[in-house]
Amino acid sequence: MMTYVPQEYYLILSAIMFVIGSVGVLTRRNAIIIFMSIEIMLNSVNLTFVSFASFMGDIAGQIFVFFVMAVAAAEAAVGLAIVLALFRNKKTVYVDEVNVMKW
Amino acid sequence: MNLTVLLFIILGVLAMASAIVTIAHKNPIVSAMSLVVHFFMLAGLYLTLNAQFIAVIQVLVYAGAIMVLVIFVIMLLNLRDEDQLREKLNFRKVIAGLFAVGLILQFVTMYLAGKGDNISLPEKSIEIGSAQSIGQALFSQYIVPFEAIAILLIVAIIGAIVLSKRKYE
Repeated sequence: MMTYVPQEYYLILSAIMFVIGSVGVLTRRNAIIIFMSIEIMLNSVNLTFVSFASFMGDIAGQIFVFFVMAVAAAEAAVGLAIVLALFRNKKTVYVDEVNVMKW
Repeated sequence: MNLTVLLFIILGVLAMASAIVTIAHKNPIVSAMSLVVHFFMLAGLYLTLNAQFIAVIQVLVYAGAIMVLVIFVIMLLNLRDEDQLREKLNFRKVIAGLFAVGLILQFVTMYLAGKGDNISLPEKSIEIGSAQSIGQALFSQYIVPFEAIAILLIVAIIGAIVLSKRKYE
């Protein structure tokens, strides 16, 4: 079976998803939404890795996606624990209301 | 237009739409649910690239584990809707818009530069996407990073417990 979708389409789709995720990080105030936007950005990079791995016929890209997913899982656990601790101490998850360390 | 291109277009459009809903909706639960849809669409895209193992792992780890954690935290915190989402154009949104336009220009030039060498997916990609070949590479050539990931996960578990437990009074 051969696929006829050119690789540029995958790269463009992943670039659009990366832009969507970064705009989400820049515009939203809710820490959990910012967190989910980071997940979108990680996933768009994963799509680039997998498309290069498949089109080049090299397995290293897929191994790297595996490691990115493991790091994302670790980041999810620690990040959400930080959000919980923040909510317990400050009663908010909105990042512009957390300004104790602001200069 | 054959079936694979049609599948790619459907999955890609749905992935972009659900990503936009994720960052634009003011109810966090709706955002999380559309992010689940986004992860499933990405798993489908991995299947069109003959990466079966990564597609299954995507559904298990992202749509399964990570999103359960996110939805659990959202429901635990009982968040209100983000009421100031539709505020007028401020400095941060101008910066975000400029950033988005710059990135889009950058990838359009990347697309125009890469156009021409129209290679299709090699036959070899079917076998390298299987669980067998990934497992062999992971436990032979990439064994040191694999063990490092194990240490990282233990550190993350301990860190999450330490961060979220109540302080001793």
